[in-house]
Amino acid sequence: MADLLIELFSEEIPARMQKKASADLQKMVTDGLVGAGLTYAGAAAFATPRRLALSVEGLTAESKAVREERKGPSVSAPDKAIEGFMRSTGLTKDQLEVRDDKKGQVYFAVIEKPGRKAAEIIAEVLEKTIRTFPWPKSMRWGEGSLKWVRPLHTILCILTDEAGAEVVPLEVDGIVSGNTTRGHRFMAPEVFSVTSFEDYEAKLKRAKVVLRAEEREELIWQDATNQAFAQGLEVVEDRGLLSEVANLVEWPVVLMGTIADDFLDMPPEVLQTSMKDHQKFFSLRNHKTNRIERFITVANVETPDNGSTILAGNQKVLFARLSDAKFFWENDLRVAKAGMDEWVEGLKSVTFHNKLCSQADRVERIVALAREIAPIVGADPEEAAQAARVAKADLQSEMIYEFPELQGLMGRYYGQAAGLSDAVAAVAEEHYAPLGPSDDVPTAPLSVTVALADKLDTLTGFWAIDEKPTGSKDPFALRRAALGVIRLLLANDISLPLRELLKSEIAYRFGYAEYGPIVDMYKQYAAAAKSAGLDFIYDDLSDRLEANEELVQSGIVEQSRAAVPGATSSLLSFFHDRLKVFLKDQGIRHDIIDACIAMPGNDDLTLLVKRAKALSETLATDDGENLLQGFKRANNILTQAEEKDGVAYEYGADIKFAEHDSEKALFAALDSADAKIAPAMKAEDFTTAMGAMAALRGPIDAFFTNVQVNADNDIVRRNRLNLLSRIRTICLSVADLTRIEG
Amino acid sequence: MADKPRSFQEIILRLQTYWAGKGCAIMQPYDMEVGAGTFHPATTLRALGSKAWAAAYVQPSRRPTDGRYGENPNRLQHYYQYQVLIKPSPPDLQDLYLGSLEAIGIDASMHDIRFVEDDWESPTLGAWGLGWEVWCDGMEVSQFTYFQQVGGHDCKPVSGELTYGLERLAMYILDVDHVMEMPFNDPQTPIALTYGDVFKQTEEEYARWNFDVADTDTLLQHFKDAEAECERILAQEHIDPKTGKRIIMAHPAYDQAIKASHVFNLLDARGVISVTERQAYIGRVRALTKACADAFVQTEAAGAVVDA
Repeated sequence: MADLLIELFSEEIPARMQKKASADLQKMVTDGLVGAGLTYAGAAAFATPRRLALSVEGLTAESKAVREERKGPSVSAPDKAIEGFMRSTGLTKDQLEVRDDKKGQVYFAVIEKPGRKAAEIIAEVLEKTIRTFPWPKSMRWGEGSLKWVRPLHTILCILTDEAGAEVVPLEVDGIVSGNTTRGHRFMAPEVFSVTSFEDYEAKLKRAKVVLRAEEREELIWQDATNQAFAQGLEVVEDRGLLSEVANLVEWPVVLMGTIADDFLDMPPEVLQTSMKDHQKFFSLRNHKTNRIERFITVANVETPDNGSTILAGNQKVLFARLSDAKFFWENDLRVAKAGMDEWVEGLKSVTFHNKLCSQADRVERIVALAREIAPIVGADPEEAAQAARVAKADLQSEMIYEFPELQGLMGRYYGQAAGLSDAVAAVAEEHYAPLGPSDDVPTAPLSVTVALADKLDTLTGFWAIDEKPTGSKDPFALRRAALGVIRLLLANDISLPLRELLKSEIAYRFGYAEYGPIVDMYKQYAAAAKSAGLDFIYDDLSDRLEANEELVQSGIVEQSRAAVPGATSSLLSFFHDRLKVFLKDQGIRHDIIDACIAMPGNDDLTLLVKRAKALSETLATDDGENLLQGFKRANNILTQAEEKDGVAYEYGADIKFAEHDSEKALFAALDSADAKIAPAMKAEDFTTAMGAMAALRGPIDAFFTNVQVNADNDIVRRNRLNLLSRIRTICLSVADLTRIEG
Repeated sequence: MADKPRSFQEIILRLQTYWAGKGCAIMQPYDMEVGAGTFHPATTLRALGSKAWAAAYVQPSRRPTDGRYGENPNRLQHYYQYQVLIKPSPPDLQDLYLGSLEAIGIDASMHDIRFVEDDWESPTLGAWGLGWEVWCDGMEVSQFTYFQQVGGHDCKPVSGELTYGLERLAMYILDVDHVMEMPFNDPQTPIALTYGDVFKQTEEEYARWNFDVADTDTLLQHFKDAEAECERILAQEHIDPKTGKRIIMAHPAYDQAIKASHVFNLLDARGVISVTERQAYIGRVRALTKACADAFVQTEAAGAVVDA
């Protein structure tokens, strides 16, 4: 048994790559060792800015000898076959054994692979690992051809057993392995040798290097929170920043600095973002005032003046950064207070997508959509239009140019500065939501309205130019937009039939994409589409377009008629697919959703989900499950009979031909169910409707137990088939149960 | 420990002395308007080919969109970069670099010096490399890059490039808050000049011209002319009919590429280039620099072996 220690010492490794690199090193080396026949007890990998390290414990000293027997061709086989066998085994003819087999004499090869020393295997595996390491980006340096993330300087590779440590000899592109490394770049640059992992970690610590990233993180976090606490402040938690900062230093030194008073009145998010993005500072918040009042920076070095020069420098840089931010903030406030017109105007010169339009055109569409959707959501159309008009204005602000991640949030501040109501100002921030599957969904009607308009505009636009997501490619985050629409509608219980809306928007966008410059024409086109419905529009459009010969000749009406309905169905299916994924996570099976999508009104997603949930609950009950079987049985009998007789049994079941009590009871039950289901369906009360449907289970079961449908008397038989047809009609009025599996 | 320099020019002089001492040829600034020290042919072209090279120089650089009429404490449309290019990159380049910081008065034992990932890419030069921005106490003081590709050609061997933003670095060392207040020459000298004495007025003049006055039609014409001339130069026969010598005019062509690049920057500052056009212009400049690189690698300066 021996322990292996590897260290690859290089120039500074990007912080974001260290964690994966150490894991990759561990996997590649241990897989390689095991693949070559060694075993080990445990392994752990580490990374600092200048080194990747791997410790493997309890490694076997050599691989086991392997004896392999392979059966070859018959002795009488053609020479070629025998030569092939010799080639593949690497043996000569007299090394082959001849043995008796069922089919006669056959060549056998006995291959003995002797065990190999661990060091030999390690050298091979490590060289291969270095040469094929999966860095996200790697580079060459000097005159060499080896690629590493940054220039690789030394390779430490030692095997330690009871007898002591020995260097595993290897050479990669002129770098010869050894047993030495270096400490901290500035505080302990001397070379030292190590004899084991324990020795390595301890000596590194003496040389001002904390090997373990978790330990560096912990040191930073503890020290930062302590220093903050002493000032009555709290560190704004940021795991990502902590892990990044911990991988920028080998010896973390936490320093707390102050922020000049001039900047404390800016929004806390601005301070925080500026400090984090540019300086990688942690923000310290005063939870009483919610202001960011100080910062923490993490240096990589201890200095004789306890960091005061470093801190002064950092504060100076921060001062310049925040001066910039304040300059942007004040300039932006001026524009905001003047009503943001300059920004709204500026959006005209920003291209949203080169086939679609400018941001200003988009805003115009979102305004129109918001106005239309507002009454359905319960918002004031004029207020919604106003909110939509300025919701993206902040994209033109200087602050967002500098810090794009503050989009929306700054819009809210600027909206307030412009004197807009809080509800309108909030739209700037909230209309982007929900962004992820776990992100909060807005509930304020104005925000919901504009959020829907924004996402529907995006989706219809990209469907109009046929840029749909494919496979893993979804560069415009259209899946996220569709899921956003779904969550907005469901969470706020909004009944919004999508089909006509999608159709007219796609038609508009289609026309715009093809003939964008003639904007006015498409405004008319869209207005007419809204007021008159799309089919009419295609007939009517020719008349309207006569004013513009170019357009008439272009055949846009025909093109639109050919493309738009298909694109609309495709987008609606896309919504249904996203909905299935969404509901699956909530435990609703896809066949249940399919059974509901097959029903009319499937473009109202809220209604669709209510139906699906009611059906899912119903089918989960004993009655529901049995009713489903009853329905299927009725449907099967009916389908067979209809096929055989060549007629459809659709109505005309009459109780006067009913012979059996169970038959009469089913009539009564169906009448009663009908009376309940029809009004319930009308009121979209699916739970009641499905409850009434499930209540048919008893009478249907009794009917099938006691009555034979295919009676000898043809009148009775037909009456019974017509009775079954009533079951089918009633059930199918609730959901398409034929699509339910099982 | 190194004593502190007292002026902007002293920092430059110390860098010159330091890098000269490390064996670099101290070049002079290129005599054309460029956006960064990298554009100097001593970097762009000399990073190509197999011949060893070591050069250091100051390069006045112009970024028209950064003009702030001399009012912003550290933004200028005209500023200086100090540039070092060594091919092949020596194994101790980081240490050499840290030595240069010490030479200009940054004592590594008192400051927090860090190499923070920063991959460099120049779309107009068709170039990229990996390296860092170097931070001193949280401030970016240099760019450190191992060139991997220039003008679409793999760099073999790899050059190490160092770029110091001189004003920012000097402001830090000299502890001034506004660039215009920075001593340009020795403050003890009879005619002491600040950076503002030298450049405040020109910053105003150029900012006004860059943003509002430069004639865009003329500039557009200049762009086309430079592009056409570059292509025309490169289309010439390699054998000069007059001397009978093989003369590939990579440098004159590259001058035109630099010119086109700078005119593009001016047009950008005038706000007449839309987002979509922007990409197209960058592509056109890249095509020129790439063609120049293609030409340069065929020359002796690039180590090409030419049959007599």
